[in-house]
Amino acid sequence: MKLPLPPIPPALLPKPARPGEKRNGDGNGNGNGKASPKDIAIESGKEAGISAVDWVDERTSLSGGARWMMFRKVPKGTNWFYTLGSATMFAFLSQAVTGVFLAMYYRPDAGGGAYESARYISNEVFLGEFVRGMHKWGSSVMMILIFLHMARTYFFGAYKYPRELNWVIGVVLLVLTFVMALTGYLLPFDQRSYWATIVADNINASGPLVGPYLADFLRAGPEFGATTLSRFYALHMMAVPGLIAALIGAHLYLVARLGTTAPPWMKAEPSDELRREDV
Amino acid sequence: MARRKPPKSKYTVDRNVPGAFEGETVTRRRFMTGSAHTVGGIAAAAFTLPALGFAMGPVFERQDARWEDVGAAGEFPQDTYLPRVITIESNVGETGKTTVYMRAHDPAIDGKRKDEYDAYLAVSTRCMHLGCPIRYIEASQRFVCPCHGGVYDFEGKVSGGPPVRPLDRFYTRVTNGRVQVGPRYSVNSELDRFSPRDPAAPLDGIGQYLYPSRPTTAKLK
Repeated sequence: MKLPLPPIPPALLPKPARPGEKRNGDGNGNGNGKASPKDIAIESGKEAGISAVDWVDERTSLSGGARWMMFRKVPKGTNWFYTLGSATMFAFLSQAVTGVFLAMYYRPDAGGGAYESARYISNEVFLGEFVRGMHKWGSSVMMILIFLHMARTYFFGAYKYPRELNWVIGVVLLVLTFVMALTGYLLPFDQRSYWATIVADNINASGPLVGPYLADFLRAGPEFGATTLSRFYALHMMAVPGLIAALIGAHLYLVARLGTTAPPWMKAEPSDELRREDV
Repeated sequence: MARRKPPKSKYTVDRNVPGAFEGETVTRRRFMTGSAHTVGGIAAAAFTLPALGFAMGPVFERQDARWEDVGAAGEFPQDTYLPRVITIESNVGETGKTTVYMRAHDPAIDGKRKDEYDAYLAVSTRCMHLGCPIRYIEASQRFVCPCHGGVYDFEGKVSGGPPVRPLDRFYTRVTNGRVQVGPRYSVNSELDRFSPRDPAAPLDGIGQYLYPSRPTTAKLK
């Protein structure tokens, strides 16, 4: 199968020769048939870049995959609603980046160190309040975007055959995002965090038969203890983000493989060969 | 109808597998594949199972009964509650502390004493809806929860709102004229004792079976 070449922006295309202008062999020159030192430098710079990319591509064939992913055909009628999925992914990336930097200052110590380190981030660290604010408000933004993306998929009928599995992966991602929201809520370790976690944990415990064991697993014992916070922290910064990243990969692969749907208000246009005219 | 193919022989010799020898039923290729999968499975289990056990360990850890002094025997009245702070979880500072409401046993309200553990009542401040901290309101002689409006009467029985059972209690005992508060226990609407359960777990009817007790925190009596 031959993949389409990426379109080259007009500004980068070589200009045609002016009338009366003479060019040297490759069509790029200064007109007098001799390359100036500046042109040679630009040319060899280009060559170096191209050969570096070629070196990697020859060994990995990444360009084919990149073109397969990036230069897809999209149906007529594609509009701004189709950007909600990417927006959700960028919200996740923002959470990942700000989260990594918050982890440099945060201390999951239920004896008071956690609250103190969160206070230190907000009040003392340069740009700490900003980065913590990005992470805090970004979580709400991600939640809103994920629901808008889900609503777009639902109302455009994009969950139907053959995209059911992508819907299922999306629902798992939604649930994992809930888990992130739940585990992250405890980390500032103020009164709101503590009591919200107590309530959330007891909601888990209210499930019959397995509920009590699930709640004990979450809190690491029958009472909220020294390791509950570190448990939530480990889930919040390692286990769940890894799962989310892997599932986003699967989600994107299926989007590229199956393509996107046209909005429901677009009518299918029969091709001219198939149209029969009765006279 | 197509003729069914005769079933393949289980012997590799009959199936013309190259290098087969007499009586062999599993090809060497299949055997190698199987062994590689088995070894891989054992290797994966070798780190997954201990890690899971490590994470689940605290659930099965036995809790020791701790007794904590809360005051002199004559300190607590029969007609109202006094708040006392006890530690239910060590090593976490303020986080591991909780308030209990204390009063002396009143035969007119509480009936006959059951055993040596209820000379004083220690009522837990954990709401039995979802675990928020309840508060005793002196004027109405009721416990009220700020989160979702649970209300309990003077004995700790539910008189309104979403809670599913009366407030938990703690065992109390008197040693050398001092009142000590011990482990937690849960009660059903008849105030019968059960091993401690999480909030939101009803204990009437089949509730006690739907929300089983922990093997690690048995009731004293």
